[in-house]
Amino acid sequence: MLSRNSAQRLLRAAAQPSQRLNIARGFASVQDTPAQSLQADIFKPTKYGGKYTVTLIPGDGIGAEVAESVKTIFKADNVPVTWEQIEVSGLSDATPTGRTEEAFADAVASLKRNKLGLKGILHTPISRSGHQSFNVAMRQELDIYASISLIKNIPGLKTRHDGIDLAIIRENTEGEYSGLEHQSVPGVVESLKIITRAKSERIAKFAFSFALANHRKKVTCIHKANIMKLADGLFRNTFQSLSKQYPMLECNDMIVDNASMQCVSKPQQFDVMVMPNLYGGILSNIAAALVGGPGVVPGCNMGRDVAVFEPGCRHVGLDIKGKDQANPTALLLSGTMLLRHLGLDDHANRISNAVYSVIAEGKIRTPDMGGNATTHEFTRAILTSMENSL
Amino acid sequence: MFALRAIAVPAQRQAFRAAPRAAVTLSLQNQRLYSEKVAKYEGKKDVKGNYTVSLIEGDGIGPEIAVAVKDIFAAAKTPISWEPINVDPILKDGKTAIPDDAIESIKRNKIALKGPLATPIGKGHVSLNLTLRRTFNLFANLRPCRSVAGYKTPYDNVDTVLIRENTEGEYSGIEHVVVDGVVQSIKLITREASERVLRFAFQHARSIGRKKVRVVHKATIMKMSDGLFLQCAHNIAKEFPDIEFDAELLDNTCLKMTTDPIPYNDKVLVMPNLYGDILSDMCAGLIGGLGLTPSGNIGDECSIFEAVHGSAPDIAGKGLANPTALLLSSMMMLRHMSLNEYADRIEKAAFATLAEGKALTGDLGGKASTKQFTDAIIEKL
Repeated sequence: MLSRNSAQRLLRAAAQPSQRLNIARGFASVQDTPAQSLQADIFKPTKYGGKYTVTLIPGDGIGAEVAESVKTIFKADNVPVTWEQIEVSGLSDATPTGRTEEAFADAVASLKRNKLGLKGILHTPISRSGHQSFNVAMRQELDIYASISLIKNIPGLKTRHDGIDLAIIRENTEGEYSGLEHQSVPGVVESLKIITRAKSERIAKFAFSFALANHRKKVTCIHKANIMKLADGLFRNTFQSLSKQYPMLECNDMIVDNASMQCVSKPQQFDVMVMPNLYGGILSNIAAALVGGPGVVPGCNMGRDVAVFEPGCRHVGLDIKGKDQANPTALLLSGTMLLRHLGLDDHANRISNAVYSVIAEGKIRTPDMGGNATTHEFTRAILTSMENSL
Repeated sequence: MFALRAIAVPAQRQAFRAAPRAAVTLSLQNQRLYSEKVAKYEGKKDVKGNYTVSLIEGDGIGPEIAVAVKDIFAAAKTPISWEPINVDPILKDGKTAIPDDAIESIKRNKIALKGPLATPIGKGHVSLNLTLRRTFNLFANLRPCRSVAGYKTPYDNVDTVLIRENTEGEYSGIEHVVVDGVVQSIKLITREASERVLRFAFQHARSIGRKKVRVVHKATIMKMSDGLFLQCAHNIAKEFPDIEFDAELLDNTCLKMTTDPIPYNDKVLVMPNLYGDILSDMCAGLIGGLGLTPSGNIGDECSIFEAVHGSAPDIAGKGLANPTALLLSSMMMLRHMSLNEYADRIEKAAFATLAEGKALTGDLGGKASTKQFTDAIIEKL
């Protein structure tokens, strides 16, 4: 049935994960206690002149505006971070021909060197001739396999639901986003979803470790194993067999369509959720909408070596680009996650407290939070709040 | 390999079907002829002037809610006679199959109403719902969600219509283990199936008086598969100049719908299988769960309307079940049969009863039994 070309692709697809399999297996077979293995995971970026160098990729759309806001606020707090700013864009007209791929390679190299990044979202074209998503390519290249989105009601920001506090952990490097597609005959297209045990194991372990480290009680595995019995079945079974090693956590699983229904009706029941790639995209958007939209949800992508912090609900925001309406909260809070990751809790607390207090006060808010302040005004309000708290 | 051969068959059929169409000059009239054929109900009245409908009562609470629907239909003097059938699965050549007389009945009547079925748990069993869809080639799943006045949720005035491709996509069932610990699952998108469901979506928009059709996709990542679906949509849209067409990224749809579903009230959404599955259940969540959402599985030869909720074995036989989902599904069925005036009347009575809130069943926070709820609706007719 399959042409030679596609058969080769299949083989390649099979070979690729198994190459990484060995590495991943090595990681998966770490016999430490969960807490220790989490500790071992935390890399120590080098400090030069008392400062950490962090790669900053503002991204497309609102990226430049919110990145500016983050830089201003970090500077005002004397955060010991030097930015290595790299302008990457997924828009075709943004850079002269050929520069796009180069800039992307620069960004990856910089992230590999600094091991730390703060990133906005890059635009991905729909057209078939367009490049593959830079966001996805970057995650695959750096093997930043775990995406975390923190979904929590912000005090004072009223939405339709209360009492939500959940974390969505999403496998970032395989699944539906494998990028393997082919046309068998004209009008018949196959798209491959790849699920491997090694990667399922590693994301499940990550989720359990995350739950333990953050004093959370429950981990829910989201899947569609009733239909995709082999692929999602593997994901779920791996999760379930690993869950036995974590008797202190409550573990259950839920089918993705039910999970999305529960998410809009009883989101309070969820704590930590772990899932393959595509479902993560869907649920992080649904969940973000519950607490106020993509402007207020921080997130990060974690790998063995590199951690890239980016808004947890990945929207480019091309429609409000350059209008000074963007909400920098998501990137700011992602930035404070970065600071906590570095152990700079004082700075992180000062900044996040200021952000929360400005939102709670409710006088100065960006349009997505029901206000009419500009990005600049909102940033200034945060600076003032930080000053007042000193 | 076995699974792969299964797709070879539709592919052949598709080539066969596509050939004559391509041979004939594609005049406008020709296209319209085909477009009128999509999922049109062609049932005939019997001697008493009634349409016969195959009724699959289902498991658990199925029989109780089926009685409720039958009572209400009788009270409204709907020209329907029921033909109860049994679809307990049999094994045929080692595969799950539906008994032949059931297939015969549905093929003859061209329409069926179905209660919830419990999928037997065990290895190798394909779910009965899936078997039904495959047997009758029910290519489109129609899922409207409308807020019920008597049941408060964080979202008001929701009125969405989702259409989901039902035969392929992520649920093609083509999967294999490449080596131990590495699984490939294939999402299959074909032009044939995509065009069919898209054409149905545009037609449905027209028939329910909505002016906008929106395709939900993820073509940024799945450039070829979702790209094909999107491309088909652009082509089909040209056949329907009176309907506004646009496309939206799955992420945006999830985000916007959950933030505020109202802007979707004037649109028909159409999408591949998995997205449709997830989003239609999400919409059900907006209005209070699967107990209130009807569903229709549309095929060229026959259509099956069903309640998508579970069979609730815990309350089965106690007379406490909520028949709303099956009743609303039967309204969709009546409209599909062009018996709109009956559908409107019954629907009005049902929504009035729900809004009144006196005779609600336990799942909606009331104390009424299935019988009391049914009687309240009949009284309003």
